[in-house]
Amino acid sequence: MDYNKRKKLNQASAFWIFRIMSLAVIAILFWILGFIIVNGFQAISWDFLTKMPEDGMTKGGIYPAIIGTLCLTAGSIIFAFPIGVLSGIYLNEYAGKGWIVRFIRMMTNNLGSIPSIVFGLFGMSLFVNTLGFGDSIIAGSLTLGLLALPVVIRTTEEALKQIDNSYRTGSLALGATKLQTIVKVVLPMAFPNIITGLILSVGRVSGETAPIMFTAVAYFLPMLPSSIFDQVMALPYHLYVISTSGTDIEASRTMAYGTAFVLIMIVLILNLIANALRRYFSNKVKTN
Amino acid sequence: MFRGKKYFIEALWEGLLKISGSVTSIIIILIVLFLFSEGMGIFKKKVVEDGYVIAVNKNNPVKDLSPEQIKNIFDVKIVSWKELGVNINEDEISLLRLDDIPNYFPEDQIAEDMSNLPQIISQILKEHPGMIAFIPEDFAKKGFSEKVLDLGNINLKEFFGGKEWFPTAQPAPQFGVIPIVMGTLWVSLGAILIALPFGIAVSIYSAELASKKVHKILKPVIELLAGIPSVVYGFFGLIVIVPLIQKVFNLDVGETGLAGSIVLAIMALPTIITIAEDALRSTPRAMKEASLALGANKWQTILKVTIPYSISGITAGVVLGIGRAIGETMAVLMVTGNAAVIPHTLLEPVRTIPATIAAELGEAPKGGAHYEALFVLGCILFIITLIINLVVEYISSKNKNKVA
Repeated sequence: MDYNKRKKLNQASAFWIFRIMSLAVIAILFWILGFIIVNGFQAISWDFLTKMPEDGMTKGGIYPAIIGTLCLTAGSIIFAFPIGVLSGIYLNEYAGKGWIVRFIRMMTNNLGSIPSIVFGLFGMSLFVNTLGFGDSIIAGSLTLGLLALPVVIRTTEEALKQIDNSYRTGSLALGATKLQTIVKVVLPMAFPNIITGLILSVGRVSGETAPIMFTAVAYFLPMLPSSIFDQVMALPYHLYVISTSGTDIEASRTMAYGTAFVLIMIVLILNLIANALRRYFSNKVKTN
Repeated sequence: MFRGKKYFIEALWEGLLKISGSVTSIIIILIVLFLFSEGMGIFKKKVVEDGYVIAVNKNNPVKDLSPEQIKNIFDVKIVSWKELGVNINEDEISLLRLDDIPNYFPEDQIAEDMSNLPQIISQILKEHPGMIAFIPEDFAKKGFSEKVLDLGNINLKEFFGGKEWFPTAQPAPQFGVIPIVMGTLWVSLGAILIALPFGIAVSIYSAELASKKVHKILKPVIELLAGIPSVVYGFFGLIVIVPLIQKVFNLDVGETGLAGSIVLAIMALPTIITIAEDALRSTPRAMKEASLALGANKWQTILKVTIPYSISGITAGVVLGIGRAIGETMAVLMVTGNAAVIPHTLLEPVRTIPATIAAELGEAPKGGAHYEALFVLGCILFIITLIINLVVEYISSKNKNKVA
């Protein structure tokens, strides 16, 4: 075989391998999604979403777990979003290039890669034991918030980085202060990217199990929380419990499928919203 | 006045931003502080279970026993003092726990409030020179005439060199982290070996070959893969992958290291793909075009120009993927079977560091040796991720220099 033919053949085979492997990865995702959606959809009913669990969690619904996850997610957002966005603004707009900023950036990166179970340990040690919150919504929310913080910071920073510098200098040249420039020019322009990033981080927080295992969740608690110092059930932990250590694992399989379905749906819907927003905003920018 | 107010608000705003900016650093410092202060407590704990002591006959020359030796003695794996290098006229080791006392002493002579137990235990030990007793501390104080072994505290060597993790063992809990560390490494290594070819292939395909339309499908797919909660991956692994492995390899249990590796590989893919793709895309167009102009085809250009140029970024992605795999908790906890033994193949149940913490923290009494041991595991995990981060930082800083 001459050189040119071999060259062509090599390229064709390599590219086909890449194509097939990429297809395989897409197939894996659809396999996981399909498996859980098909099996879980049968378990979904109005009762399932609005009733308390019954009979050792083999019957009834997952209402308290849904509410618990909502509370925990909302709590962590309240904590992580303001601090994270401000911190992102600081890193991109104010901080220079000195060693302090390098240190802060390194610390943010580090925080982002700490395993979630370590957050669980820390949350248990600080919020539950030292500060005396006990296993509660507030302890769990704060722990989850710590986990979300680096994601929010990075999202904000990335969004701000994409704003062309000429907008800033233009605003400053017109006599606006730095604060005015950021609030009136930079932030509105970066807003779409920030908001889509935040929505994706909500999805991530709502599915975390390890950080709330020892800071907030109860194994079985068929009532709703009355204050932020109450324990709650949560969807991811509930799925873990009924699929591994429930009283009757086989009998609660339908419940497990249903819970997994709800979890997947939360992530799926948040992703769809984020993508829709992205498209909406990018169209808007074009027409203007 | 207007100017003063404006200036004040600006200053306030900047102060607020600075505080927010430093929050992550403060949190890291707090994490280190809390993790290590809780964890280091274990090295102040006695080798024997809290509130108990090991006692022997007064004339027994034995001085020190390691936790492993104590466990083997009480599991009747070590049966003679010679095995421990101790010479004594009654060579066979006999055991004495509180429950065994009636075998040596008439039960009706034990006082109602057990106040004469120290004397009774002393007498039994005196009669049996080769006996070793595991008794509550209280009975080894007043009126006790035999030898209480001073075994010292749990030390670093036993913790990091110990081959057995059995934190609820009596009389001496076993805190050897080797099986758990090995389990973590095996599972993560397996995961990365599976994820690497797929990760590289998809990132090359997505960066170099895919049309805009395909790219539009691929990107959300990868984003979704990253977004699926780990507990859902674990559930999927438990119901689909575990039985599959059991059938394919004809095993008794499907919960194996391999199941963990497969699930982790899927979970590490998005990290590897996103970062490697970014790196591939950062290759200057001029370089690629120069290669094409010289007669190389697309594949040769990718192989000889694009990949070598972006190799540090690809490496960074892979290293971060490993980090993700090492730290992953729930999915691994659900599919690996959690046996704390040193694995020899990937087809055995294994247990990883995060899974151990998640599985045992709920049962470990606060402030006890077990609780503190789990915090030390947390410290190990923290240090591993720190090292991985430093490596990534080093790799990407090298990359920046190259571009400059």
